[in-house]
Amino acid sequence: MPEGIKDKIAIIGMGCTKFGELWDKSAEDLMVDAFKEALEDAGIDKKDIQAAWQGNQYTEVNIGHSAFPSSTTLKLPFIPVTHVENMCASGTEALRGACYAVASGAYDIALALGVEKLKDTGYAGLPEVTHLMVRGTKGRVIEPTYTAPGMFAMMATRYFARYNLKPEEGKKILAKISVKSHHNGTLNPKAHLRREVTIEEVMNAPMVTWPLGLYDCCGVSDGAAAAIVVRADMAKNFRSDPVYVKALQISVDSGASMLHTDYDYTHVEPSYRAALRAYEEAGIKDPRQEISMMEVHDCFSITELVTYEDLLISPRGRAWEDVESGFFELDGKIPCQPDGGLKCFGHPIGASGLRMLYEMYKQLQGKAGPRQIKNPKLGLTHNLGGNPPRAVVSVAIVGL
Amino acid sequence: MVGIVSYSAYVPQYRISRKTISSAMGWLNLAALPGEKAVANYDEDSLTMAVAANLDCLQGTERRTIDSLYFATATAPYQERGSAAIIATALDLRSDIRTADFTNSLKAGTSALLLACESVKAGGVRKALVCASDCRLGKPGGSQEMIFGDGAAALLISNEGVMASLEGSYSVSYDFPDHWRTTHDKFDRALEDRLIRDEGYTKFIPEAISGLMKKAGMEAKDLAKVIYPCLYPRDHAAIGRRLEFQPGQIQEPLLAVVGESGTASPLMMLVAALEEAKPGDNILVVSYGNGSEALLFKATEEIEKRREGMGIKKRLASKRELDLYEKYLTFRGILPVEVGLRGEVGPTHMSVAWRDRRTILALYGVKCKRCGTPQYPAQRVCVNPDCGAIDEMEDYCFSDKRCTLFSYTEDHLAFSLSPPQIYGMIDFEGGGRYVFDITDCESGTLKVGVPMQMTFRRKYADEVRGIYGYFWKATPVSE
Repeated sequence: MPEGIKDKIAIIGMGCTKFGELWDKSAEDLMVDAFKEALEDAGIDKKDIQAAWQGNQYTEVNIGHSAFPSSTTLKLPFIPVTHVENMCASGTEALRGACYAVASGAYDIALALGVEKLKDTGYAGLPEVTHLMVRGTKGRVIEPTYTAPGMFAMMATRYFARYNLKPEEGKKILAKISVKSHHNGTLNPKAHLRREVTIEEVMNAPMVTWPLGLYDCCGVSDGAAAAIVVRADMAKNFRSDPVYVKALQISVDSGASMLHTDYDYTHVEPSYRAALRAYEEAGIKDPRQEISMMEVHDCFSITELVTYEDLLISPRGRAWEDVESGFFELDGKIPCQPDGGLKCFGHPIGASGLRMLYEMYKQLQGKAGPRQIKNPKLGLTHNLGGNPPRAVVSVAIVGL
Repeated sequence: MVGIVSYSAYVPQYRISRKTISSAMGWLNLAALPGEKAVANYDEDSLTMAVAANLDCLQGTERRTIDSLYFATATAPYQERGSAAIIATALDLRSDIRTADFTNSLKAGTSALLLACESVKAGGVRKALVCASDCRLGKPGGSQEMIFGDGAAALLISNEGVMASLEGSYSVSYDFPDHWRTTHDKFDRALEDRLIRDEGYTKFIPEAISGLMKKAGMEAKDLAKVIYPCLYPRDHAAIGRRLEFQPGQIQEPLLAVVGESGTASPLMMLVAALEEAKPGDNILVVSYGNGSEALLFKATEEIEKRREGMGIKKRLASKRELDLYEKYLTFRGILPVEVGLRGEVGPTHMSVAWRDRRTILALYGVKCKRCGTPQYPAQRVCVNPDCGAIDEMEDYCFSDKRCTLFSYTEDHLAFSLSPPQIYGMIDFEGGGRYVFDITDCESGTLKVGVPMQMTFRRKYADEVRGIYGYFWKATPVSE
């Protein structure tokens, strides 16, 4: 195992816009809003930034190709700017670029920015896969006519079958996850969806992709988030409460999950692999005891359920017990989605990884207002792109 | 001896009751016909139905031994671009074979059959596959809409293992314009029914039958079954009486259960007759369209060796009611429904479709020679995490493998002309896995682990660029 980047990088400023259906804001407006907040939070000037990474997924229908969207919008002063895309993990991928560059000694201060303007694509939900993602490949013809919720629904179908859950039993467990996130969302002024829901409402909601209903699916939102990272030994020059990066790992599926019959479709292998590496990098032996809080990629309720298991917080097949006991609620042992998660904060794809980090950062600094978690030490973000049989997953761990 | 060595018919799963059509269009069209007609699913056309019939027909036959494929249809998806070549690729036939499309006339089915038999007899080919398929459109409110039904038939011709040998033929050709359609027309135009009856059916069919019987030195009593189409049930019976056939000798038309299926019609009835035939039976099959063609077959001892379920009965029994006339119109593209942004069709990259034609049309993947793992689509680097061999693959066909449903969903967000859009992860017997669309499947009927099979379908129709995308889908194995 290489020595990793533990405690080599500190986050000294962050910004995050309100997420939602922001019809009056352009992608450029959102970038400026997040950037401005991050600069003010860090107390630095734009000219102090030496390099930048911009994360975004639906580039063609969103912000446009290359690094120009951010460099010209923010008028970044002739510094290196890189566009990165790794599906829904693009935000964390941008952060990884910035962190690794600073850790290498190439730069002292770098910017990571994620943005997505989904509501300009014209679609309810994500844009059609065959129109954008696989155009020009044989996937155009051989991939099924599928949607993201469908690929995750198949994980629920399989999970229910494997653990002998009747559909209504399974759906009830998933409903509790959504109810929890909806509650947390009401405490967050920047969240897209701010309304309590009941288990009955979730279970009786219109079906999207069986067995997942409307409230099993996250918000489709516009938004941006940004982080300014510096060499750890410089951090205290900027602020008294910088947040240190303890681990930052990404795992991408090899293709085995989609094509090889060993895959059980009741977990996400890259989640598990990234978690193992992140715990090792951070020196964490018992995540269930050591992690204080999490923001996981709850694009769908089933994703959150299996992620509890993939992150080794809950035993395989038994995450439902922790859901039942309130383990992941705001006053539980490991609060999960304190800001409402993708479910209610919303999911502007390229921004989501940095939005998760924003919540962990604010919680660690004690600035999370009515949803403040008592005395957190280590926060984990889990950012998943693609779908269960073909996923890219990042796991980041941050702490004081 | 040259003749039929295997046969099959395909009838799409959907049937629409003619009462359903009447209740929608009866205000305009008072003519009521009994029974139901077969309706191709939204993802089927004449080409995909032909593939289905051929796959059944080729069971037990090494596909690489086929030397020619003739496809007859009046409803080819493309006016230019050979359908037979697409079908041959889907069936994984060799590339050094003869393919030809027989089209425009409704007697094209028997023409293809006759030419296939003659080419085998001449020694040019050893195994010839013949298929006929049609999916004809009748204008809403017209009698053709009531009458036309969709279906296909396939026959394998050879001189070894012949179940029914060709004993003779007689063809008549007339430019009788009882119906016609130009490339600009969506629907057929037809003459008055009485003229078609008096000048068409009741003249050409007896002429062909009498001509052949005279040539063969046979009388009416020598035939076990005589097969001929006629749009008008009463006149169908009258033609038989005029030729002195007993009712039991006349093959029951499929009008009330399938409908008039164009070029496929006489061959589907021939398949039905072969399914019941005994050794020694003389079977006369006659087509109608710009004249008529009569072919005489004699069943041999081999007919007793027919495979279980071979024929049309199984397909006739497996059916699902299409209870909405509007859904029928939508499936056939007659009613332009709102498809939304997700229903729009993007461009097809034809160079990719050409390069990956075996992956797409023949459902070919590879099998790793080192670890034995089958994988779809083809990989150069083995997907088995414990292997990882590079360029140690051999071609591997998935279309004929049995498979099971590993997981699935019913998607109400993804576009389908027959929502919900159902798809699932399919595990192939012997290894290999992929996610496929699922078709011919009713909402709420799937379960993890049920047996499935692969079926060749039209995945999308890009009307803007004139492209039909064909690929394989999974379908539950019918009980």
